[in-house]
Amino acid sequence: MPQSADKVLDHAKLFHEPEYKEMLDNKRAKYENAAPAPQVTEILDWTKSWDYREKNLARTALTINPAKACQPLGAVFAAAGYEGTMSFVHGSQGCVAYYRSHLSRHFKEPASAVSSSMTEDAAVFGGLVNMVDGLANTYALYSPKMIAVSTTCMAEVIGDDLNSFILQAKEKESVPADFDVPFAHTPAFVGSHVDGYDNMQKGILGHFWKDAKRKENTSINIIPGFDGFAVGNIRELNRMLGEMGVKATILSDVSDVYDTPSDGEFRMYDGGTKLEDAKKAVNAKATISMQEYCTKKTLALCAEVGQETAAFHYPMGIQGTDELLMKISELTGKPIPDSLTLERGRLVDAMADSQSHLHGKTYAIYGDPDFVYAMARFVMETGGEPTHCLATNGTKAWAKKMQALLDSSPFGANCQVWAGKDLWHLRSILATEPTDMLIGNSYGKYLERDLGIPLIRLTFPIFDRHHHHRFPTWGYQGGLTVLVKLLDTIFDKLDSDTGTLGETDMSFDLTR
Amino acid sequence: MTALRQIAFYGKGGIGKSTTSQNTLAALVEMGQKILIVGCDPKADSTRLILNTKLQDTVLHLAAEAGSVEDLELEDVMKVGYKGIKCTEAGGPEPGVGCAGRGVITAINFLEENGAYEDVDYVSYDVLGDVVCGGFAMPIRENKAQEIYIVMSGEMMALYAANNIAKGILKYANSGGVRLGGLICNERQTDRELELAEALAAKLGCKMIHFVPRDNIVQHAELRRETVIQYAPESKQAEEYRQLAQKIHDNSGKGVIPTPITMEELEEMLMDFGIMQSEEDRLAAIEAAGA
Repeated sequence: MPQSADKVLDHAKLFHEPEYKEMLDNKRAKYENAAPAPQVTEILDWTKSWDYREKNLARTALTINPAKACQPLGAVFAAAGYEGTMSFVHGSQGCVAYYRSHLSRHFKEPASAVSSSMTEDAAVFGGLVNMVDGLANTYALYSPKMIAVSTTCMAEVIGDDLNSFILQAKEKESVPADFDVPFAHTPAFVGSHVDGYDNMQKGILGHFWKDAKRKENTSINIIPGFDGFAVGNIRELNRMLGEMGVKATILSDVSDVYDTPSDGEFRMYDGGTKLEDAKKAVNAKATISMQEYCTKKTLALCAEVGQETAAFHYPMGIQGTDELLMKISELTGKPIPDSLTLERGRLVDAMADSQSHLHGKTYAIYGDPDFVYAMARFVMETGGEPTHCLATNGTKAWAKKMQALLDSSPFGANCQVWAGKDLWHLRSILATEPTDMLIGNSYGKYLERDLGIPLIRLTFPIFDRHHHHRFPTWGYQGGLTVLVKLLDTIFDKLDSDTGTLGETDMSFDLTR
Repeated sequence: MTALRQIAFYGKGGIGKSTTSQNTLAALVEMGQKILIVGCDPKADSTRLILNTKLQDTVLHLAAEAGSVEDLELEDVMKVGYKGIKCTEAGGPEPGVGCAGRGVITAINFLEENGAYEDVDYVSYDVLGDVVCGGFAMPIRENKAQEIYIVMSGEMMALYAANNIAKGILKYANSGGVRLGGLICNERQTDRELELAEALAAKLGCKMIHFVPRDNIVQHAELRRETVIQYAPESKQAEEYRQLAQKIHDNSGKGVIPTPITMEELEEMLMDFGIMQSEEDRLAAIEAAGA
């Protein structure tokens, strides 16, 4: 066999050794009953035709590769950003393994969450016993400062009532009566992770603010929203606030949670918004949401207690950052300092330097509603043309908002907005109306391979490239990161297009 | 605006829950109350007497047609009936498939999130049978119905069901604000019916809100898809429903945490009333009859 202890072959090479090749060929010929190669090619080509596209877009009863995750994932992410908080997902174990692995694979960090392990008897009799035992175990084993409860499909179908269950568990002394156990119902079969994030934020803040007597002060709260680049982005946000001399409370700060150092000490909990600060946040003058679609209900709660609210769409690029900084300045009365104005000028300069390569480039963009909005906006600022904007969890209202944005610039004139469509739709769309580049997450690599459109990974989840999330995409500095990613891809493509020796290489230039 | 009052009618299937609730609400609307009905029975018959129509399209039926609940608008699912009563029906799956309880949760969440509860004085839930799963308990969760009215009669199984529902309410009452408003006895002309109903109410620690006498006029109205209030406003029966409505209206905040009894206690009660034999006596009687 080709594998030996002295010379270990990597997975990528191993299966191309003659032994494996023979075995796999044999398997294919004898057992797989596969269609003949020409037929496979024929069908594959047909799936890239207009004919197939129309059938595909008419599809109603099936979703293939949706660009969204389920509510509890967002809930677990939101809860993780609070000090010493353990997520407790009421429902079956496998679901919770999914949230943990999804977050771990992206951040390359451990992601802690526990499950109430509901099985068949719990489905019949209700999950109260699981809640009572589970809360007691979580409290005893993992010593959290707060347990945030969300739900999986199973608990939601049988209609377990978290409010009553948690009260009963406290009566049975699973956790002390005054221990913080906020909760949110997060049925995975409704909405997406952005709604789960919203529900959990509302659950946590609602819990802390329920009986609070609000005494308005001058501070502001900022809710980042569900964001794969949270580690870099929240730190960048804090840096910008520091430059302005603004003290703000970040409500759910995961930046240290998903970026713990290797120094010999395991931190199950690290960083996060202090619970005391979350309590006091009720007194803030205003709450700003960085992602409107992640915080609809939460901002409604903030408005209910009497706070001013403002919502942005993932502030990225020039205008996005301008609007955010101006709003913060307006709310706090602190001027935008020269240092940030300088950063803005540098970003504008960088964009101008590369203008000849950026201008007229076409993009397909997919992801969460706020991200797609921001990305399309920034692309237009660079002189690029968003051509397809897709959000599986985008609503009709989102599509309208997107259209208004696209209508505001000549670069948006040729763009189509696809709300509620999935990545298999996008494959057909791009096969028939290709773009220069594709912006999305790791799942876009299949589209890249099938269609030869280079993928730029700029949104959650990014499983197959490491550490991108450590660098910000928000603010003017973040704008530079994004700009460089776009340009690197443009130049890589140009080099490969002009790289054939003696054929296309008269444009294989050293200087671009 | 006064605070929103939310009530729910529970009771054994076929007991006349929907008829009683609609007649009561028709009387309440005469008193100038703005009312929203949330039918939580997959049969979807909680609003037909108010709407004077066949069954209305349900939230879940329309959602299934539109693709998902998120594609629905409030106007699609809400009809306005007798004197401006707003009517909605949760609906649910056909018998034998799916999960009707989840349907109730989905429908109530949809109505709340889309503003159906705004600008009304009363929300009334009409809920199927016993509390059989978490979904059917949705109307008695925190911040939903404050008082539950159990529609029952002097039949043994109706008493049994009423007691069971009280058990369900007790579960939620301990951890939340829901209370048992009282019993509404819908006369079936069984033996010592009024006394039995009052005795059960005493056991449960609640009031017998009203004894609705049997009157064929209810049938006449029902066959015309009308409440008695609408069909025969001057009738004696209409007056009964008006009294019931007034009593419910005055009962705000006066609900209790029920004290349900065991099956044995329930049987003992029936024996005390002399309408049931003990197990031993009855077995002996069966044996004697067979011999």
